[in-house]
Amino acid sequence: MQQTLKRWLDSDISHSLRSSPTTMVAALIALVCVFCSLFAGWVAPTNPFDLATLELKDARLPPAWLEGGTRQYLLGTDDQGRDILSALIYGARISLVVGLASVLLSVLIGVALGLLAGFKGGWIDVLLMRLCDVMLSFPAILVALLVAGVGRALFPQSNETLAFGVLIVSITLTGWVQYARTVRGSTLVERNKEYVQAARVIGVPALRIMRRHVLPNVLGPVLVLATIQVATAIITEATLSFLGVGAPPTSPSLGTLIRVGNDYLFSGEWWITVFPGLMLVLIALSVNLLGDWLRDVLNPRLR
Amino acid sequence: MRSLPLRRSLLALAALTALSTQAATLRVANQGDALSMDPHSLNESLQISVVSNVYESLVTRGRDYKLAPSLATSWKQTSPTVWRFELRKGVTFHDGTPFTADDVIFSYERAAGDGSDMKSYVGQIKEIRKINSHTLDFETKAPFPILPELFTGWMMMSKKWCEDNQATKPVDRRKGIENAASFRANGTGPYRLRERQPGVRTSFVRHGSHWAKAEGNVDEVIFTPIGNDGTRIAALLSGEVDVMDPIPVQDVERVKSNPNLKVLQGPELRVIFLGMDQKRDELQFSNIKGKNPFKDVRVRRAFYQAIDIETIKSRVMRGAAVPIAQMFPPEVRGFAPDLTQRLPYDPEASKKLLAEAGYPQGFEVKMNCPNDRYVNDAEICQAVAANLARVGVKINLEAETKGTYFPKILRRDTSFYMLGWTASTVDAHNVLYPIMSTPGDGGRGQFNLGAYSNARIDELTAAVGSETDDKKRNAMIREVVKIHQDEVAHLPLHQQALLWGLKKNIEVVQWPDNIMPWKFIQVK
Repeated sequence: MQQTLKRWLDSDISHSLRSSPTTMVAALIALVCVFCSLFAGWVAPTNPFDLATLELKDARLPPAWLEGGTRQYLLGTDDQGRDILSALIYGARISLVVGLASVLLSVLIGVALGLLAGFKGGWIDVLLMRLCDVMLSFPAILVALLVAGVGRALFPQSNETLAFGVLIVSITLTGWVQYARTVRGSTLVERNKEYVQAARVIGVPALRIMRRHVLPNVLGPVLVLATIQVATAIITEATLSFLGVGAPPTSPSLGTLIRVGNDYLFSGEWWITVFPGLMLVLIALSVNLLGDWLRDVLNPRLR
Repeated sequence: MRSLPLRRSLLALAALTALSTQAATLRVANQGDALSMDPHSLNESLQISVVSNVYESLVTRGRDYKLAPSLATSWKQTSPTVWRFELRKGVTFHDGTPFTADDVIFSYERAAGDGSDMKSYVGQIKEIRKINSHTLDFETKAPFPILPELFTGWMMMSKKWCEDNQATKPVDRRKGIENAASFRANGTGPYRLRERQPGVRTSFVRHGSHWAKAEGNVDEVIFTPIGNDGTRIAALLSGEVDVMDPIPVQDVERVKSNPNLKVLQGPELRVIFLGMDQKRDELQFSNIKGKNPFKDVRVRRAFYQAIDIETIKSRVMRGAAVPIAQMFPPEVRGFAPDLTQRLPYDPEASKKLLAEAGYPQGFEVKMNCPNDRYVNDAEICQAVAANLARVGVKINLEAETKGTYFPKILRRDTSFYMLGWTASTVDAHNVLYPIMSTPGDGGRGQFNLGAYSNARIDELTAAVGSETDDKKRNAMIREVVKIHQDEVAHLPLHQQALLWGLKKNIEVVQWPDNIMPWKFIQVK
């Protein structure tokens, strides 16, 4: 145990992490967010999704340090009497879950198709890459809007869980293309290398070559891309919720909270929109910074 | 280059600017768009408000909201069931075709036929007899003394234009049917449709040869839907729009304190209520299988008593609403002054009722709600969902834009929904007939979307329609209200307040049905 810790502390990654304070801060924020999301039930003062606990009489209270605010609601309440702090914590959880899940799905689909296209070449390659081109020619948010809309129409019996499912699928559909193209590019390089030729010559099946030999060598860029894409996915989720096709109003994500708060900007109740906005910026920024750092660390040419 | 033509055009420009100090452009914003330009397509106040500047009915209302002649110059009852209407002569549609009795008969067939949302305005008519090109006899199924009031909601279209443009049937959003009448218009009204970009911007210009002398000075109207409350209020504050409706309740004070703006506030005839599916044997969109809890009056009552209407009034509506116990407000003829007590807000009683009805753990049901139609509609629904959560009912709330909301609920594809209703005739019959009666022919129960049904109410509603004695009539309306309350057929919430924000230099007429007639508007 101690040995591994020591080896980790001695490693390049750990050195570069310690030498970059920005990354340290970003990592810290990301850790706190992940921790809060994992243990939202214990960390958050109330459960904002439990409608039965909402006290409409306490709607739109200002943060505790302003006149009229109470300690019970540190960052104030929204238009339904929901504690903003708790809503932020639970909202961040939705953002992270949707972000991670959609990226995971995109990576699975994208890497598999990219490998296939790059390794097999020929008509499969042409077909898959043209499909990518088509997907890329639509703005991501448009495709997501379309899928979210169609998804809702297809499942009129939908409940909240399904709403999140649709959200994840719609973000995935636009996300996988990036991975497919990246992996295909790297695979094209790898497949002509000697170790692949050698494996071929001794008769290893194509599928096994792809999985055991090519895949580990093309995963580096995917890792970097995935980190950055988590931030993009979180923002896409927030945008969809902001536009009203994402998380339902009874279990608000950060985007939903920002949309609701927008209506109260002119009447002076700024905290409903500003805190979720800040939270979104914090999460997206920290994930992005981590992604940048990871790119630098994993890129031998930048060392 | 200082040529003569340039100077001339400059002069012309100066002359034009001088003129335009009188002729004004009015920029109107609303939280939603009119879903089409068809006057028979959707019985929704905003759509009627926009379209009624382009199309006209036989009878209209004046500045004081009293009945006034429009396309008909006079009308009289020749027998209890027969009315003679004299049409205005010399009226032309915007394309120049003259308006005659044939257009009225055509408009009747269109408004009474398939896909029309205006059946309840013409549902009393049994037969129309053309006497000559400008005289018509209307025979009603039973004596119906308030027929002229009803006709204010029925607009006239050109037979020739509709036939030439394959628009003889109304635009039916329920079935996704669109036609030329969706995007173009040809009415007799004081304004002509110039350009239509659905959801973005619709512009109108004054119809130069309108039959009436212009009372206002607005020559051009630009209508823009702005869904987001914050953006809409910003547009008003920055002077980007001249008139805006509704002001978000949280911003009323801010508009009032602005020296260039004013708030026009008044009681609206609209009552916001919730409805429940009481027809299907198995409730849709719910975890209850094999039965429909809403058929049980105890469940409906439990829902009613779970709703904390006073807190909704103070926190969500910021006081701009009056909680109500009836389906129509005191301004409407037939209001029962002794039946104004709402069932008390009492979550404990509500839980007990649910337990008695066999749902001690509550149940789960989807609630449909618009988010750009009524003042704070989605917020009210969320508050109701929270209220119901306290008695164990889990609401899956679906709040959406009215473009998808209305087609869905008008197809009756809902278990629990929100609707607002304005008695546009200012008479209780306009609530009894479309909202409380069993769905049937001639627009009866057309907006009774939960299909609540009570034979006695149907019987009384028919009698109310033909009764001329006010005392007897009011007694019958009172009985309907009583039954409707006792059976908790709908859950009335509140009477909404009108909140228009506009520039100080604009004079408008604010009717209590939230229709905005541009012809009266003066820009100083």
